[in-house]
Amino acid sequence: MLANLVLSFNCTYLAVLLSFIRFNKHVGNFFSSQHTNNWAVLVCTSRFWFNYRHVANTLSVYRSVKRLGIPDSHIVLMLADDMACNHRNPKPATVFSHKNMELNVYGDDVEVDYRGYEVTVENFLRVLTGRLPPSTPRSKRLLSDDRSNILIYLTGHGGNGFLKFQDSEEISNVELADAFEQMWQKRRYNELLFIIDTCQGASMYERFYSPNLMALASSQVGEDSLSHQPDLAIGVHLMDRYTFYLLEFLEDIHPASKTNMNDLFKVCPKSQCVSTPGHRTDLFLRDPGSVLITDFFGSVRKVELTTDAINLTEPITPVEDQEKEPYSYVDQLPVSEIIHQKPKQKDWHPPDGFILGLWTLIILVFFRTYGVKHLKHIF
Amino acid sequence: MAARRYWSAALLFFLCNSSFLIYINAQESASTARNPDISENIDGEGQTTPRTPAVEEKQWEPTEVQEASPDEDGPVTAESAPPLPGTPRSFTGTHQREDFQEELVIRPLHSGDIYASFQFRTLWETDFMKGNKVSHYRLFPKSLGQVISKFSVRELHISFTQGYWRTMQWGQPFLPAPPGAELWVWFQDTVTDVDGTWKELTNVLSGIFCASLNFIDSTNTVQPSASFKPLGIGNVTDHRFLRYATLPREIVCTENLTPWKKLLPCGSKAGLAVLMKSEKLFHSSFHSEAVHIRPVCGDVECKSVSWELRQTLDVVFDLHTSGQGKREWSLFKMFARTLTDACPLASSSKIYIDITDNPEGEHFELSPATPLLSQAVVLGDRRTFSVYDLTDPSTFGTMRTFNVQIKWKNTEGDMLRPLLHAERYVAGYGLQTGEIHTLMYNQHPYRSFPVLLLDSVPWYLRLYVHTLTVTSKGKDNKPSYIHYQPSKDRIRPHLLEMLVQLPPNSVTEVTVQFERALLKWTEYTPDPNHGFYVGSSVVSSLVPSIVAMDTNNTRDRPLFSSFFPTKEESSYFIRVYTEPLLVNLPTPDFSMPYNVICLTCTVVAVGYGSLYNLLTRNFQIEEPNPGLAKRIANVIRRMRGVPLL
Repeated sequence: MLANLVLSFNCTYLAVLLSFIRFNKHVGNFFSSQHTNNWAVLVCTSRFWFNYRHVANTLSVYRSVKRLGIPDSHIVLMLADDMACNHRNPKPATVFSHKNMELNVYGDDVEVDYRGYEVTVENFLRVLTGRLPPSTPRSKRLLSDDRSNILIYLTGHGGNGFLKFQDSEEISNVELADAFEQMWQKRRYNELLFIIDTCQGASMYERFYSPNLMALASSQVGEDSLSHQPDLAIGVHLMDRYTFYLLEFLEDIHPASKTNMNDLFKVCPKSQCVSTPGHRTDLFLRDPGSVLITDFFGSVRKVELTTDAINLTEPITPVEDQEKEPYSYVDQLPVSEIIHQKPKQKDWHPPDGFILGLWTLIILVFFRTYGVKHLKHIF
Repeated sequence: MAARRYWSAALLFFLCNSSFLIYINAQESASTARNPDISENIDGEGQTTPRTPAVEEKQWEPTEVQEASPDEDGPVTAESAPPLPGTPRSFTGTHQREDFQEELVIRPLHSGDIYASFQFRTLWETDFMKGNKVSHYRLFPKSLGQVISKFSVRELHISFTQGYWRTMQWGQPFLPAPPGAELWVWFQDTVTDVDGTWKELTNVLSGIFCASLNFIDSTNTVQPSASFKPLGIGNVTDHRFLRYATLPREIVCTENLTPWKKLLPCGSKAGLAVLMKSEKLFHSSFHSEAVHIRPVCGDVECKSVSWELRQTLDVVFDLHTSGQGKREWSLFKMFARTLTDACPLASSSKIYIDITDNPEGEHFELSPATPLLSQAVVLGDRRTFSVYDLTDPSTFGTMRTFNVQIKWKNTEGDMLRPLLHAERYVAGYGLQTGEIHTLMYNQHPYRSFPVLLLDSVPWYLRLYVHTLTVTSKGKDNKPSYIHYQPSKDRIRPHLLEMLVQLPPNSVTEVTVQFERALLKWTEYTPDPNHGFYVGSSVVSSLVPSIVAMDTNNTRDRPLFSSFFPTKEESSYFIRVYTEPLLVNLPTPDFSMPYNVICLTCTVVAVGYGSLYNLLTRNFQIEEPNPGLAKRIANVIRRMRGVPLL
């Protein structure tokens, strides 16, 4: 009887213990998305001044992503042309997104990783798959791992199944889907959000087949994405509609917001956008309602705190200089030395293939005509 | 029996309690750990190293660090104002002193524009050359230090320029730069594969400066044989270790300025660098930012080596676009900012205003007035400067801001004509041939001087070197030294170097004819109708100076006058860059492959299809299909055995 009492007491004790765990919300939310770092690849594929709006689109997403916490080292920004310091820009070093020059999305602290002619289909696919030449600097690489959430944003001119890069080449939806599959096989992402703002953008995500991909597009197949508003002082259209309303939506998000993907799908309905934005979530394992916007647009940082002392390594003492003769500066234009300069001793290279072939031909013809017996005269 | 049951129950009870208590403790510590307050000090023991108050109250004395050992406050105090160089307790440990100086020189130009040049110099008493491993970086940026050590660089000069320096209107700049990007590097003689190292170095620099320097490859790199001698100390001048490349198409914008500013010790937060805001800096006629790294004399006898990192930013503001037409300049008008303090890490922070043309104050008026004057011999001329010392707190006055204003009273005054000037243009018509003309002007009335002309022309302009002519005053002027390296298609460009003596008061013209090549269709840029750029020519020369130059290169001089070392008193060294050229190459119509495919496929389909049909089609006569009534009637008739309709 007493044992029963103790047992029941223990049970209530355990129940109280468990309730503490349930009330602890931090633990629950921290482990729902399972990613430990965030990356963003933002690409503008259009060249020429009249495509100002595509650069403004990309820069506004860049600005939001930086504001929500992803650092420059984790953002690969590719701009196919320079609008800010373009000679046609009446206000240099600025790119505006709202007319009357309200918001300068270029800012004062921007780092563009791929610019101008470097934005090609090959470079884009190499960045995604990680197959870059060994001398590529770190800022130009996507160094993601299997716990990274990646945001990919593309904008430019597109069509049914392709996206145009710089007016001279295209990337097709099949290539893009295969690139994502390569990324999945190499475990280069945990979850990937793909946003595209071009005409017929939904065709670009039709062919995806890798898991954990969510895609948004600004228009369906057969529809055009339209631009928002021109600015009369600058003379071009400043933004595309979908990204304009996306920027407005993102301006309300802060690093601790709890808005989820279902709100993102509602951005820019047909009344505002004229085209019908689309999305695709069938490849995504979690329910979109439980995915936070900040899972992709914000950043998770690992912070390690320690109160221990850190031992810095001993500074390496320099080698003592034995010779003490004074140094001197070199003469910048030593005229007499230059005039009497001996011609450079060029390194001797073995003869080129052409010369070798020519001599072989001459020797062969000689021996064919005159016979091999003449060999003894030579050797 | 009962006791054992009680004992087990009691044990269970005790275990539950202890686990509960441990869990509660873990909760508390986790919740405190989850609210980090990094801005507060980790150690609450009384170590107070407040960052900003120490800087504001006592500007030029070492910050009193009350905590004893430097190990504990490693990461925290690195950000607070460290003691001045010269005090023995520095974090590098050994006697390696670092010194940072910053300067702004403002020179009003004769045309009403204004030229502002920022110079930042970090001197570090270390030696990268002897294979020393450097591990502690303080003022010298770590990214550049690692580049120097890894690639065994002896000298590195890189510049990014937007706009072209107009020598005839503006005079000579302190540090010249060609439009676009220019990179020239001297490697140490321990490097075995210079070309491979050069390629890796350009890739790394493209990442550091956010520029597309990775387009520098063997098709635009040259190895000059006489120009670009090292600007630092050293005895070796084997030109095998020199590489020079330009990218005239390279754009300069805020993304290049941002990493450049981050290399400064104070960043853009304090000192003269707060004036660098991109909206004003890029709205100018000329903007050039450069980084120069070289070994210099460490002491007066020049027995030890120090490494110097110089960052310069030159900008020319136009009277009409930035000045709104009024001839009145101030720091606020130029940069939209005023100064609030000097960089705390700088040992000297000065502003120089060139008042040589205004000795009595008759042309313009300078406010606030300053008693400090300085004379310096720069570019062969003795110039007088008004100096403002920002390390002196009285410069900032009661409002804690500093703004210099220059107001013009009249627009008289003449400009000293520059002695050397160069121009270049393309002559000819059509898309097949052309001619490059380079003109060099010697405007000294009676002295002649030698110039070294370096021309690097891309391979797709095939130069006819037999048509090279050099004429001065109508007569042939034979150069005393010519070095020509012909191009190889798609491998290397043309290199032409000539040492020409320019007669006094004359124009020397160098002409060479060329033919344009047809590129392969994949080699065209996405916008081929813009044209293709040819990099600027470099004219290096020893120009006679008006006043005697100071040949003692180790003396303490203002930064803007101490870049090029002087060897003789009567002349000084300058470099002038010509304009880059823009040539159109014959461009194919890129829509033609698509058109050809469509047309050919249509012709083939129509032609072959018709032929095939004619050859293989078999014709048969077919009865027309009778109507429904007739068909029913036929069925009835067939049943009756009567002939069909």
